[in-house]
Order: sequence, then C-alpha cells, then structure tokens
Amino acid sequence: MMKRKLIIAVTGLNATDNPGPGIAVIRALRESESFEARIIGLSYETLEPGIYMHWLVDKTYQLPLPSAGVEDLYKRLEQICQTEKIDVLIPNFDSELFNFIRISDWLRRNLKIHTFLPTENQLEERAKHNLADFGSKYNVSVPESEIHHNTISLMNTDFTYPFVVKGKFYDATTVYSREQAVQAFNRIAAKWGTPVIVQKFIHGQEINVTAVGDGDGNTLGYVPMRKQYITDKGKAWSGVSIQDDELEKITRTLMGKTKWRGGLELEIIRTDDATYYLIEINPRFPAWIYFANGCGQNHPELLVNLALGLQVKPLNTYEPGKLFIRYSYDMIVDLKEFEKISTSGEL
Amino acid sequence: MKIRKNLAISDTGFIFDPATGNSFSTNPIGLGILKLLKEEKKQEDIISKMCEEYETDAVTIERDVQEFITLLEKFRLSDHDET
Repeated sequence: MMKRKLIIAVTGLNATDNPGPGIAVIRALRESESFEARIIGLSYETLEPGIYMHWLVDKTYQLPLPSAGVEDLYKRLEQICQTEKIDVLIPNFDSELFNFIRISDWLRRNLKIHTFLPTENQLEERAKHNLADFGSKYNVSVPESEIHHNTISLMNTDFTYPFVVKGKFYDATTVYSREQAVQAFNRIAAKWGTPVIVQKFIHGQEINVTAVGDGDGNTLGYVPMRKQYITDKGKAWSGVSIQDDELEKITRTLMGKTKWRGGLELEIIRTDDATYYLIEINPRFPAWIYFANGCGQNHPELLVNLALGLQVKPLNTYEPGKLFIRYSYDMIVDLKEFEKISTSGEL
Repeated sequence: MKIRKNLAISDTGFIFDPATGNSFSTNPIGLGILKLLKEEKKQEDIISKMCEEYETDAVTIERDVQEFITLLEKFRLSDHDET
C-alpha cells in the first residue's frame, strides 16, 4: 500500500544531556504506518545535534527565539513555506508553545500548516505556578508549593528541607539548606526568569506518563514509564514501562476533565502508601516519547493524524516491561555544515 | 499467602512487577516456591513438597520458606498488597 506523503516540521532538536523531544518525535514519525514524512527541523541554536542528523532530519531552518514574539515567528515560517510546503508542525518546547498556539489559526488559514495544540487556557492553568489551583480544580493531589519572586521571600519559607526549587519552564533542583535554596533560586531565575516555584519534596517512585488527548475529553494514547536511571539533571536515562490501574484511572480522569488537546507528559510521584502526587504537567511530548512507540503506541503519528482532522482510533494497549536505555553518540561534522547553518540559517 | 497474579516470572528466576517496574531474581529454590505459590498451594503444602525434594530437615525448610515469603511481602509481591 502506498503511504501518504507529508512534510512535517519539528522543533526541539537539542538532543543533549537535557534533551528536547524533537529527535524522539522524528524517530517515531519515521516509523509511522500511515504516512511517509519529509522532516523539516526547526532549530534555535546552531549546535542543536538534530540539525546534523541527516538520516533523521531532511532539512533544518533556524527560527527566531521565542522571546522575539509571534510576528517574527510567523514571518520566518512564511519565508520557509516559500520553499517547503509544511503540512503539520509539532512544537516541542514549553517556552515556544504560547507563540505557536497564538498563531495556530493563522498558520492553518494562510500557510495551510496544521497543528494540534492545547488551548491557551489549558497551557496556562497547568503552568507550574498554577499547579496548586489545578490540583483543587481537578481533584488531584499535588505537593504544596509557593511562588517566589526574590530570595528574601524564599528565605522566609515555612517549608522544611529538603524541598524542590523549580523554574517556570524547566529545571528543578532538590535543596537541603538555605544556602542551596538561594543558589538554586539565583541560577534558575537567571536562566528562566521569575517566578521561581518551591515545591514540597515528596518521597516515592517517580513515574512519567505520556498521553494524547483529542480535545473532547478522550484519551487516545497512554503509556506510563518508571524512571530507572536518573541523570544529575533529573532526566531519565533509562526507564521501564509499567501497568498500574490506579495511575491509568487518574490519567484518563484528568484528560477527560481538562479536555486536553494534544500530547502531554504527566510527572507523578507514587508514595509507599500508594498515594499519587502530580508534580508537573508538561504540555508537549516528553523526550522519551520514542519509547511509547517501542511499547506499541506511536503518539507522534497519532498527533499528526489528529492535526490533519483524520479519524483516529484510540490506542488502548501497550507492552509493560519494556525498557529504554538512552546513550550518547559523538557525530563528526564538517565545519562547512556549521558555517552554513550559522550564516544562512538553514542546512 | 498468595502472590500477585500479574507478576511475570521467567524460568530463569527473573521476576518483573509490572505495577512498580521493579525486577528481582531468585535462585531455583525460590523459583520453586514461587511456582507453588502461583498454584495457590498453602504454606504447609509447600514445606512438605520441599521436604520431599531436598535432603534437609523440616525445621530448616520451614524457616527458609517463611523467610522467603517474608521477603515477598516486604517487596509487595503478595496478593494482599494488590491495589
């Protein structure tokens, strides 16, 4: 059977030790059974490894940083579309989502680029600094948290150590003393701005879930994974798929109540007494999303078909007991390639 | 005592708990006990079966089986832990 040919643009090509999901998304798209994809990488920095991974990424274009705003982003995409007829675009960074959501209608109408993104409201209410309200609204346990704009208020916290200091988009550090807390605050605030979130430390097993919602309250894909090896940046370097009925119920209820649209990652702690605390919702695919494909559910493929308005069947089964083990790899890149992306913004 | 039905137990003595993602390994004697537990055999039946199989006194076998069952409970592999 001939597969449909699509041009799909993907961001998050920073396959580093704190990886963006782009490369994992692309690997899943390459294994799609319903279409054959030409992959357009969209990068922000010239050293994002995905730019040079030509066996996965057909062509890369550089985008203006999210801080440049929606107008610059739109103009750049308009320019790219003079060469590439992009069918679907999958943004993979939290920090760029707001811009893409704002221009999504515009992209569809004017450039015929389809997306399948959460709404602006969904993005905002699951934001880290709104997690407490999110927990009460949707009746899900979340750790107590505080919002801090400066170190003076942070030093007056009533939380006992250890606790977790988190950036508004990324980064989380567990701190055990006031000195460590201040140091973490300054580092995170310098990188991601304020507010900085302080969250009570919950002891237990860290479980992550990737899921896809159709925007009407249905969960079309669900794969949970327990982190087995965690890097010093808190990232999963290996994990195992699990089967936990209570976790599945929590996920499906949450997806149903929020009517989540698109892919997401739930970060959950399961305590020894089997209480589940939602510690974070990432409004996009996780960097380990290719693992879901390995367990039998291709979530990026599902998302592309949803973006195109196609009828999709929910993926209801997956294989528990599969492992993923990440590895690092040194690519040898010719200076000419680096020069090209640096000077012309494309490769 | 029963062991959880969803445990994956291989012939090599490798045990995977799909609820937690934890894995364990046991020796052939532990594997034998697990198989009997999976068949829902009572503890005293397991002990007498082990006495037939191994040339050791009943007291030692009873102690070892009890110790192994305590381990299974500790690792939450027993049925009453199932949520």
